[in-house]
Amino acid sequence: MALRLIKPGEIFKAFIGRKHFSTTNKALTQTMYVRDALNSAMDEEMQRDEKVFILGEEVAQYDGAYKVSRGLWRKYGDQRVIDTPITEMGFAGIAVGAAMAGLKPICEFMTFNFSMQAIDQVINSAAKSHYMSAGFVKVPIVFRGPNGAAAGVGAQHSQCFAAWYGHCPGLKVISPYSSEDCRGLLKAAIRDPNPVVFLENELMYGQAFPVSEEAMSEDFVIEIGKAKVERPGKHITLVAHSKPVGLCLEAAEQLASEGIDCEVINMRSIRPLDIECVEKSVMKTNHLVTVEGGWPMFGIGSEICAQIMEGQAFDYLDAPVVRVTGADVPMPYAQILEDGALPAVKDVVLSVKKTLHIQAAADRA
Amino acid sequence: MALRKSFSVLLQGVKQNTKVLSTNLHRNYSSESTFSVKPYDLHKLEQGPNSTVSCTKDDAIKYYTQMQVIRRMELKADQLYKQKVIRGFCHLYDGQEACCVGIEASLTPEDDVITAYRAHGWAYIRGVPVSKVLAELFGRKLGCAKGKGGSMHMYHHNFYGGNGIVGAQVPLGAGIAFAHKYNNTKSVCVTLYGDGAANQGQLFEAYNMAQLWNLPCIFVCENNRYGMGTSVDRAAASISYYTRGDYIPGIRVDGQDVLAVREATKYAKEHAVNQGPILMELVTYRYHGHSMSDPGTSYRTRDEVKEVRQNLDPISSFRDKMMEAGFVTKQEVKVS
Repeated sequence: MALRLIKPGEIFKAFIGRKHFSTTNKALTQTMYVRDALNSAMDEEMQRDEKVFILGEEVAQYDGAYKVSRGLWRKYGDQRVIDTPITEMGFAGIAVGAAMAGLKPICEFMTFNFSMQAIDQVINSAAKSHYMSAGFVKVPIVFRGPNGAAAGVGAQHSQCFAAWYGHCPGLKVISPYSSEDCRGLLKAAIRDPNPVVFLENELMYGQAFPVSEEAMSEDFVIEIGKAKVERPGKHITLVAHSKPVGLCLEAAEQLASEGIDCEVINMRSIRPLDIECVEKSVMKTNHLVTVEGGWPMFGIGSEICAQIMEGQAFDYLDAPVVRVTGADVPMPYAQILEDGALPAVKDVVLSVKKTLHIQAAADRA
Repeated sequence: MALRKSFSVLLQGVKQNTKVLSTNLHRNYSSESTFSVKPYDLHKLEQGPNSTVSCTKDDAIKYYTQMQVIRRMELKADQLYKQKVIRGFCHLYDGQEACCVGIEASLTPEDDVITAYRAHGWAYIRGVPVSKVLAELFGRKLGCAKGKGGSMHMYHHNFYGGNGIVGAQVPLGAGIAFAHKYNNTKSVCVTLYGDGAANQGQLFEAYNMAQLWNLPCIFVCENNRYGMGTSVDRAAASISYYTRGDYIPGIRVDGQDVLAVREATKYAKEHAVNQGPILMELVTYRYHGHSMSDPGTSYRTRDEVKEVRQNLDPISSFRDKMMEAGFVTKQEVKVS
């Protein structure tokens, strides 16, 4: 699916017209690309705290494989923006050790697929140490990088790790959507004394969002573990994280013209999971569809279903929850296959109608 | 407890492996002595640590005491494990006491240490009281990790455990050294691993970055000849662990000689602070099996264990040195 950059006219319309985009209370002042949101967050945190430093492949002189760390090496130098050899297990371990010794590393994985080589350090060294030491050891580290499918990069470069990392106690796991999310949550992650896995999305880097003035402040921090209602609605709840939030918003647009009013929730955090926000919504709308890019089994949607079933919202469901997920296959290469392996707007629309027992005969793929 | 030894007695009982050159000798009193240690094997180093080392009486008694405490603590843990007071994993350090005591002797409290799972001796020497080590093994709230960590996860100031995943502690240690460099301290991180872990890829990743970035890291291989049940020659294409750092200079040290270890560490620390990472291989031995579920006899002979106990025990050999140097009498160390 093509990226849509927001043109100034559209922002005006959005502000005056319907509420498409998440905003804080202050007026919209400007747009910001996700990439720049991440860059500015890191820049400001490095400025604020000398202990913060970045390491990873190509983060320094290359300006970042995806240009997320552009300009930071030139500004902060060799000591604070460090290019590593292509040795994930080694440099992730070094980053964790540095965090244990009191520094605040931002460890970039070029993509989270490569974090698998270092996953022992993320889980066994970073995530578990605080508990194993009965609180004595702290690991204030952020692991960040693009997660999930990109475009045509094939099976080994397209996996979503939200469920794997979300599974582990001791970690905080964040999956932002908008530029505001990225700014506020990355700052929160860097300031957090716990190990945080920050799952970005490559295809979102080049997307721009309006950001409020509040979001531009240096101390703009979004609380980790709180979801956001991007679009209030009354007929059905759509819950997603990362790029699929955009899908849900698009689907909501389409469905609105058919008289179906969707509430779209942007989870923002995978762990802690803000199930309360989802529950509150389900208790209002009585219907739930979860949307994610990752595989179906043991995924984010599975967890939401389980927790909804276990909690107070269960009695309010008028239909079983439907999970929209990536297909249960390693990601194929050919565009038509790749498109078929990932959730699309039509899948969300179809799921909504199925949940609401509305005939979908008129819908075209 | 003043120790009295006449000059003539000192000349007696000079053993094969130890030579005592008496210095500072007043009548019936010695407070310092020099000892010679086995020569070190060097890799990419022109000059190594001193082979002639001096030691004061007070220090000698301190090292001896520390080694004895560790020995007894480990033997007590063995007993309690068999009584099912301790459960799960329990990897004992008896036989290797000279390694941690010798290294600690040349460190300051500002230096850091990280090791693998055979960590009780290290936890103690870095400052965890025996009571807290044992309480942790018992799973009690009074344990150093409140019972949440267990045998392999004991921590203290500037002691980062206690790590269960073989080899994972090595990049961590390089990271701790990185923090020292970042903060411009003059301290080092001693990063220990065993002969089994020495073949792990992540070690070589850590060596690469340590050398590239000049990290003040002392990598130490506690080579006790067996990685679980696999002897070194069955696991490693090269058993010269002190050379495995390749571009990182290395020293092979007699790990059963606390003074040799101390001297080598002093040298290594100076190198790490002023020049860059260095690797130390301590040749040592563990009396117990890999852990309490391993009798330790299926892959090595009882004779071998006995031989080490008789001829290479770090505690009894050091005791003999102390007696020869006139630091203690036989009665004081209760030699039967």
